[in-house]
Amino acid sequence: MDLVLVNLIDGLVTGLLLFMLSAGLTLIFSMMGVLNFAHASFYMLGAYFAYQISIALGFWMGLLIAPLIVGVIGAGVERYGLRRVHQYGHVPELIFTFGLALLIEELVQFIWGRNQMPYQIPDVLNFTAFAISGNSIPAYKVFMIFISVAIFIGLLYVLTKTRVGMIIQAALSYPRTVEALGHNVPLIFMGVFGVGTALAGVAGVIAGPVLGTFPGMAFVLGSIVFVTIVIGGLGSLWGALVASLLIGWITTFAKSYNIRMEDILNGIGISTPENLSDSMFRDIWAVTSPQIADILPYILMVLILIFRPYGLFGNRDA
Amino acid sequence: MRKSIKLGLSAALALSVSTAAVFAENVKIAFIDPLSGGFAATGINGLHQFEFAAETLVNAKGGVLDGDMFEILPFDNKISPKESLIQLQVAIDQGARYIVQGNSSGVANALTEAIDKHNRRNPDSQVLFLNYSAVDPALTNEKCNFWHFRFDPHSDMKMAALTDMIAENQDIKKVYIIGQDYSFGKAVADAAVSMLAEKRPDIEVVGNELHPIGKVKDFTPYARKVVSSGADAVITGNWGADMLGLGKSILENGFEGPIFTYYAAADGITAAFGESGVDSLYLVAEGDDNPAPKPETQEYIQAFKAKYPDGNMSQSRITNVIQMLAQAINEAGTATDVVKVASALEGMHFTDSLWSSKDMYMRPEDHQLIQDIHIFGHQPVEAPYDMDNSGYGLKVQYTVENASADIATTCEMKRP
Repeated sequence: MDLVLVNLIDGLVTGLLLFMLSAGLTLIFSMMGVLNFAHASFYMLGAYFAYQISIALGFWMGLLIAPLIVGVIGAGVERYGLRRVHQYGHVPELIFTFGLALLIEELVQFIWGRNQMPYQIPDVLNFTAFAISGNSIPAYKVFMIFISVAIFIGLLYVLTKTRVGMIIQAALSYPRTVEALGHNVPLIFMGVFGVGTALAGVAGVIAGPVLGTFPGMAFVLGSIVFVTIVIGGLGSLWGALVASLLIGWITTFAKSYNIRMEDILNGIGISTPENLSDSMFRDIWAVTSPQIADILPYILMVLILIFRPYGLFGNRDA
Repeated sequence: MRKSIKLGLSAALALSVSTAAVFAENVKIAFIDPLSGGFAATGINGLHQFEFAAETLVNAKGGVLDGDMFEILPFDNKISPKESLIQLQVAIDQGARYIVQGNSSGVANALTEAIDKHNRRNPDSQVLFLNYSAVDPALTNEKCNFWHFRFDPHSDMKMAALTDMIAENQDIKKVYIIGQDYSFGKAVADAAVSMLAEKRPDIEVVGNELHPIGKVKDFTPYARKVVSSGADAVITGNWGADMLGLGKSILENGFEGPIFTYYAAADGITAAFGESGVDSLYLVAEGDDNPAPKPETQEYIQAFKAKYPDGNMSQSRITNVIQMLAQAINEAGTATDVVKVASALEGMHFTDSLWSSKDMYMRPEDHQLIQDIHIFGHQPVEAPYDMDNSGYGLKVQYTVENASADIATTCEMKRP
């Protein structure tokens, strides 16, 4: 029972981290129709910039400055890259972001090398916040939860309660009309892209010390972010949140408990074949939940696409 | 006018020098390992160690035979067995007679099979496979062949040394085994279970599981299982980012016992663990203490660090590969007839000048090098003998001499 609580907290941390990435991606996608393949690369840039800044100025300045730099780079990419490619349609945009992802990974390797960076948790947060029956919850995890919840609330406030947010929401669905009303839609696009990438940068800054800062970090997280926004529904902030938490918890619980396929199949009334080692379904019977934990989100995505193609919180029109 | 004559003269001179270099035959050694992607750090550091060893230990001393130089040709296999076979073909076409590879037993298994086949079909371009790091026991057991030589103790030999140390520690009552889901991870787990049962039947294995290799984002759920199982010690064969992720997560989430590993050092791992790994991380390997006791070894390491300030002298077996190959070529009197070289390598007694002065022995039955195995601890070590320039490095904690010299092998060597 105690372990359930611990797993809930761990899953929450994973989910919220995923949310910070998918929030930006889903906004960018719904507004510009661009699946930004390089989104996870901005997450990686955030971690590397923060590491570099933390050497000189400490962790907290890194947390402050690195996302700003990432956001500015993101806005620059939109202004001078994507906007030019935009006129040729969505496929060139897709290829552009794909190339950008590869370029950023190579650049990172070129500048920082291929090794893990010794990017550490700040000393102030390097203690055990509390322990649940021997399982310690590091203070840094609590800090991660607070940062991401604060960002979610802030984002929700800006999008729903402020004038800027309303224009963004309007531009999401009716860009032409918004433009006709005298708003600078390209500027909004640039702003959203910048903020979205900055959010990915924040995720990188706070995830770097725990998940490792290495050139493969974007690749490891890249595909799961897309899965998240598809499950949540494209363009929906709530959808991104719910899907992120769902994925966080599903994978955490699947890894924490050794649920065997044999038990599940026996549970629904299928008995184990006599000579299991000769059976052609041997591999299916032998599967345990930790082995398939990381593909469960993909299975969920396929199910969502079949039964609710617009995602959990998506609009039917979108 | 005069200037152009001078230019022409120097050009002619340069030309004659370069042709002279062409005439002296190079011994081409193909290095097939990951040079890009997630495991590139390990591969590139290994390449640098090979290049440095060839340059310093062979070429600077006049090469082999009549001044033939060692030349390391790097090939990037992206740690894929399929890609490795393509690169193997390219390497052979470029005239390489010696293949060195180490990262991933999956790749080594594919290479040893392909090389066996190639050598049977192409008797005039046969190659040797010098395996410096792939430790799947099968390579010198059921899958052994005459062309494969292993310079690293295989995973059962390393596990024998680890379990010797664990068996002597009466505080350890419960052990958790976790590893990457592929041949090596499984071999480690099987060996740990059977050897612990033999040496310390009272030790309970409270967890034994495999996780996907190179795909786990966050090891926290695994760490929770380790902690809640009440384990006193963890055994893992993980390497690269998987080692760092698992180790950090276990330590952060409240585990206090020792973590016995195969590869928890260098390539950024030592630096990333830093203070947190002290007295927790242990690693089984060959080689010597840090700083190395011999002055010439210290000089060698200093020279390496001067050339590659970010590099690590992490695999001392690499110098053994280079030196033993040079000795075998000199004994055989040829670098092109690899059957003769292999016969010289087989059963070779070798005294390494750098790490240990003890005799090493290339067992002819299975082509496995027999040497001392140490258990190192992650401890503060002064520069430049530390790893990752971090102030931390490896100190010998426990030694098994001539480890597993009589370990059984199922190899039935077919000699040409």
